[in-house]
Amino acid sequence: MKTVSSLLDAHWYERYKNIAKLNIRSSIYDVTDRCNLRCKGCFFFSSGEHEAAAEEKDVSKWHAFVEKEMARGVNLAILIGGEPTLCLDRIEAFYKRLPTFCATNGLIKVPRERFPDMMVGISLWGEAEDEITLRGKDTFKISSANYAGDPHAYYLYTITPKQLGKTEKIIKKIEGVGLKVHMQLLSNDEAVDGFSWTPEELVAVRAEMDAMLEAYPRTVISSKYYHKVITTGQMLGRPFGWMECPSVTDTIDKRVPQPKRLTNFIRWASDLQTVHRCCTSETRDCATCKDGAAHMSWVMVNKRAHMQSAEELQNWIEVYEMFAKLYQFIPW
Amino acid sequence: MTNDPTQTITRIAEIIINALQLEDVTPQTFDPDLDLVDEVGIDSMDLATIALVLRDEYGIRIDEDDYPKLTTVRIIAEYINTKLTSGE
Ligand code: SF4
Ligand code: SF4
Repeated sequence: MKTVSSLLDAHWYERYKNIAKLNIRSSIYDVTDRCNLRCKGCFFFSSGEHEAAAEEKDVSKWHAFVEKEMARGVNLAILIGGEPTLCLDRIEAFYKRLPTFCATNGLIKVPRERFPDMMVGISLWGEAEDEITLRGKDTFKISSANYAGDPHAYYLYTITPKQLGKTEKIIKKIEGVGLKVHMQLLSNDEAVDGFSWTPEELVAVRAEMDAMLEAYPRTVISSKYYHKVITTGQMLGRPFGWMECPSVTDTIDKRVPQPKRLTNFIRWASDLQTVHRCCTSETRDCATCKDGAAHMSWVMVNKRAHMQSAEELQNWIEVYEMFAKLYQFIPW
Repeated sequence: MTNDPTQTITRIAEIIINALQLEDVTPQTFDPDLDLVDEVGIDSMDLATIALVLRDEYGIRIDEDDYPKLTTVRIIAEYINTKLTSGE
């Protein structure tokens, strides 16, 4: 029988031990239905999820809700929106009790005196020109001024096909303001012309992501295996899609056979009662979904499947470490 | 139903081998002190599957909150025998 210690040398075994018992149980929360931007391709607005439920405005209900979530075993709150920083009191309900991650477009600075070590993921969709096309504004100028040098913030860089050959410029810009970056791919939910991936572009972007990780290992938080899985949509010969997705809301997951999935994962709407189908767009075609978190989690929940060889288990460890760094369970 | 610890250990090892389709190991050669999470790589979904089989076989309920404690075959056997003895 293959065991972890029979597959790993002392160095890898040590790395494995650091993450093996983390037992991360995340759920995702829409903090608000509003945003101070309206990006083309934003899954939240394009799928109508912003109209799925009316926001709960009573902050005391948010506090009670978080208590209930903790009783359900949640130990990582991932806050998305809309734009969570429009509702700092709601963020605080989570932050006071739980390891909390806040996704933001970075236009509003999270007050560090109130949230000293909350991990913040700042969205970035490319160069100024792409940002203006897709988001109506060059957000980097503002977000980098807000967060330069912040040890608890990083850029979540959504790469689009238009940025092939240009990612290094962005990575350098991010490095220049003293921040880290994690790369993911645009799923182009609103079919903006020229922003959908062709098979050739996916091959090219994988090579480019690998090259960025090699050239900027201190700035880029990633793993080559993650690049492979997200660009090919394949893991251990299995295709990604609805029947494999780990990030489906637990309470509506009636799939048979049940795939490996995130334990007790729910994505809640901001009325604190409605649930969404999964971690991303309700209307997205799973066959073309490029959601970064879903792909990362897909690897993570399939540990035993990666125990056929040392190389596969090391790939699994690297993806798990990447996740644990992005959500502050282990240091950068 | 017997509470013989050695027999329980071998039977639990067999259940785990079958449920997880483990190769190159038999109930007799399965190390009862091997850490199932750290070494065999099982996760809470695997444990839930195993817990269902154990429930049917031994007529005991394994609380989900107890999963993190059930790290080896020997510990699971002790857990089951304690429940059987106390008639829970
Ligand atoms: S900033 Fe985020 S939530 Fe707001 S419109 Fe853009 S993608 Fe959507
Ligand atoms: S859209 Fe993506 S994340 Fe959502 S269920 Fe489908 S594959 Fe999973």
